[in-house]
Amino acid sequence: MTTTQRLSRVDAVNWNRLQDDKDLEVWNRLTSNFWLPEKVPLSNDIQSWNTLTQQEKQLTIRVFTGLTLLDTIQSSVGAPVLMEDARTPHEEAVYTNIAFMESVHARSYSSIFSTLCTTRDVDDAFRWSEENPTLQAKSELILERYRSEDPLMRKVASVFLESFLFYSGFYLPMYWSSHAKLTNTADLIRLIIRDEAVHGYYIGYKFQQALNEATPERRQQVKDYAYELLLELYDNEVRYTESLYDAVGLTEDVKKFLHYNANKALMNLGFEPLFPSSVTDVDPTIMAALSPSADENHDFFSGSGSSYVIGKAVATEDDDWAF
Amino acid sequence: MLTDAHAPLAGTLVYFSTKSGNTHRFVEKLGLEARRLPIGRDEPTPRIEAPYVLITPTYGGGGARGAVPIQVIRFLNDEHNRHLIRGVIAAGNTNFGEAYGLAGRIIAQKCQVPLLYRFELLGTDDDVARVRKGVEEFWKRQT
Repeated sequence: MTTTQRLSRVDAVNWNRLQDDKDLEVWNRLTSNFWLPEKVPLSNDIQSWNTLTQQEKQLTIRVFTGLTLLDTIQSSVGAPVLMEDARTPHEEAVYTNIAFMESVHARSYSSIFSTLCTTRDVDDAFRWSEENPTLQAKSELILERYRSEDPLMRKVASVFLESFLFYSGFYLPMYWSSHAKLTNTADLIRLIIRDEAVHGYYIGYKFQQALNEATPERRQQVKDYAYELLLELYDNEVRYTESLYDAVGLTEDVKKFLHYNANKALMNLGFEPLFPSSVTDVDPTIMAALSPSADENHDFFSGSGSSYVIGKAVATEDDDWAF
Repeated sequence: MLTDAHAPLAGTLVYFSTKSGNTHRFVEKLGLEARRLPIGRDEPTPRIEAPYVLITPTYGGGGARGAVPIQVIRFLNDEHNRHLIRGVIAAGNTNFGEAYGLAGRIIAQKCQVPLLYRFELLGTDDDVARVRKGVEEFWKRQT
């Protein structure tokens, strides 16, 4: 749809007449997940921050600056271009929420910086981000697809940003958290991680709907493009990861985290995972930092069968759930 | 123990999947007999005639409220159906932290059956292989 067509007429959005229930479901999910950085007591991390070496501090600031760039792209370019391709007025509204939350994420990193870091160190990191070739390359790979007129590839790029590119950065706060460092910062990052999962799921869902209507030839073409783009982003991501994490010896485990999340990004698009489990075995302490129950034994099948978990008591509030 | 002497020896799978179809894709890959619960909230909930393992996605990405899809709640609110559940498998996403696969934990606790397995999104090949083998052996142990 061209800009002129879009501006020629706007109909009032009626949330009581849905073309797609998923729009309301995701809208409700996103709005109930709403948060602001002010709710996280970041200043409790000051003492912990001061235990980091200068090199670790620089790494952390750079990682967060890289994440800020991705959030900025998604807020100011990604979500608005997806809005142009929206199939329903409710889908457009969901993208306005996504755009705003990405701004909240970008803004949160600056809250972390102003709480923990010196202005000079932060200014240095922003300069680094403008000049770092691999960070700029990933930005360009995504922006190129956003600038294209292809609604399907725009969504592919968007899901890769939401569900894959963030994770070289998200690894670090999970690592600090697993070492009982910067735990409040990690709490804030977990809120971002939760949001990105819903974004990736929803954009991937809209992608699959559009893909299902395409011809078989076109479907194959888009699938090939998607895997090609993923591999291109992956090669760059490996270089980015090495440039950041080699100095602290974490590169190999970060790569496993990349593989694990690349698979999830593909699954959000409805495609099969690419990386075998032999290279997705992320350090369990990182997985536990991400999802505290992930280390519990919920694989009844491979256990003896006698020590299974029936689940902790969880209070539910749904009225018609009482047996 | 089965109350109905004529019930089949092996159980079945019952699952719910929204329009996004992630759980449906997982069940397809299993290649085991399975019955899908209706997506429409107004459609009548089916009656199951044999013991089954339930596979359900987790909603919400937050607290317990709304984690179990309403269609699954409605199905389990039927006492007949609830008495035939033998285990639950939950889909989810580790991005939701504590709430990963929460629907499975809630159902396991409410129905007093084991949470057999959790997987993410469409499930990997390893998940499919483990669940297929696991479910088959689970039914053998039940008889």
